[in-house]
Amino acid sequence: MNPVRTIGRGTISAIREVGRISLFAAQAVAAALTPPYYWRATLSAGLRFAFNALPVIGLTAVFTGAALALNIYDGSARFNAGTFLPQILSVSIVRELGPVLAALMLSGRSASAMAAELGSMRVTDQIDAMSTLAVDPFRYLIAPRVLSTTLMTPLLVLVADIIGIYGGWLVAVFVLDFSGPIFIGNIAEFLESRDVVSGLIKALVFGFILSTMGCYYGYGSRGGAQGVGAATRAAVVASAVLILAANYVMTSFLVEV
Amino acid sequence: MPTKLSVRGLSKSFGAKSVLRGVDLEVDEGKSLVVIGGSGTGKSVLLRCILGLIHPDAGEIWIDGEDVLKLPEAERPRRRRQIGMLFQAAALFDSLKVWENVSFRLLYGERMKRDLARERAIACLAQVGLPPEVADLSPSELSGGMQKRVGLARAVAADPKVLFFDEPTTGLDPITADVINNLIADRVKALGATALSITHDIASARKIADDIAMLHEGCIIWRGPAREVMSSGNPMVDQFVHGRADGPIRMALKAG
Ligand SMILES: Nc1ncnc2c1ncn2[C@@H]1O[C@H](COP(=O)(O)OP(=O)(O)O)[C@@H](O)[C@H]1O
Ligand SMILES: [Mg+2]
Repeated sequence: MNPVRTIGRGTISAIREVGRISLFAAQAVAAALTPPYYWRATLSAGLRFAFNALPVIGLTAVFTGAALALNIYDGSARFNAGTFLPQILSVSIVRELGPVLAALMLSGRSASAMAAELGSMRVTDQIDAMSTLAVDPFRYLIAPRVLSTTLMTPLLVLVADIIGIYGGWLVAVFVLDFSGPIFIGNIAEFLESRDVVSGLIKALVFGFILSTMGCYYGYGSRGGAQGVGAATRAAVVASAVLILAANYVMTSFLVEV
Repeated sequence: MPTKLSVRGLSKSFGAKSVLRGVDLEVDEGKSLVVIGGSGTGKSVLLRCILGLIHPDAGEIWIDGEDVLKLPEAERPRRRRQIGMLFQAAALFDSLKVWENVSFRLLYGERMKRDLARERAIACLAQVGLPPEVADLSPSELSGGMQKRVGLARAVAADPKVLFFDEPTTGLDPITADVINNLIADRVKALGATALSITHDIASARKIADDIAMLHEGCIIWRGPAREVMSSGNPMVDQFVHGRADGPIRMALKAG
């Protein structure tokens, strides 16, 4: 084994994959923006996505908000800043934890589901059958999923923000003896719209990433049930890694340092 | 009779493995050609190339005097409107109801109103011997034979001029297989369509074919009228149609 050759091969195949994914994403966008549009498929994909993801999002958010409240209070009490809990909690959730945790959970819940669904359609010839019926699978299958997921993710993140703050509120009121109305009042006074908006912009990008990954790996899967399993796994991993990387890049643009 | 479909010098390899090595085929308008051949000889690959689902390495495919491989992307849908295909495992859309499957092209390709498309679907189902109650079932609730019928109804729903069948009887019991054969022969005749089928079921081939061709090691090694296939005089065709283990054809036990 020649290590240089191995590394070289790995690099080339990684670059190829990035190229293929970019091309796929561009085709998905083009298909979503030009007719024919499949509104019924888009609406049903969007509703299914949101409905299936809500429980997971809600549970993640409420527990994270609660734990975060304890940690922030404990840490900031060391320099007598415990009373700033509502402000710190809310800004951490809407700017960072809400979008990132929701997107990671959606990768596990929804990108994987898209990969599995499209993958099994691929290996049972349903995608080829669609082409022979003169319907472009890119427009009927991919575009509706990418479009609806991209638009729905900010909505789900908004829900995650609210439930996450509510989780922190529960801990603050029932464990840390904060006054409920004052806690909310502090947040309302402190939080700026750009905090929330920056989180929602992230959510938009994350939604695009996770749906594109789910569709890309599902659409390209081959080799029976095993291939569908591999596609599902690849979709979740790629989606999670890209979301975390994109989060860093976007954060560095969105904060005013 | 003018030639409807013609394949010239079609070749396709996957990696180092060459599956098709210069296939030549012609089907006259209104005729039914069946390609027979062992499992894994590339019959499905041949159909996929003709349908534009796989790009061949070399060769030409002419339908109605048009080289379909040279057709611009924008022209493909128009071309596909004139063909119908029944897949090996029916390939029904499992997230849609039976009637939406049958009318898929009308609903999503031609944007027909849903109630109208549903009526058309029920009429197509009747043509393949299925009652209207089946329309609202999901494909997973159907038996294998019924799935093939629905697949056939879907393939013929838009009155195609060229029909393709990939192993229409594989996996069915002999009686159901015969029903499907009859339906295929009946539908092709009713549409006046040209048909290209592939199968390894020799009984099915004799039932639906005007002509039979045999694919072996990537080439067409024999072609003749269906009634001559049992007495072709070609040792490889003889071995295949009589199902003998010994003969000039050595089946590779290992795929690849
Ligand atoms: N997309 C593909 N990639 C790689 N190999 C393939 C592909 N499609 C088919 N093959 C190979 O081509 C050969 C012929 O397959 P196929 O046409 O399905 O055979 P059959 O005559 O049974 O329909 C098989 O050995 C199969 O492994
Ligand atoms: Mg086959």
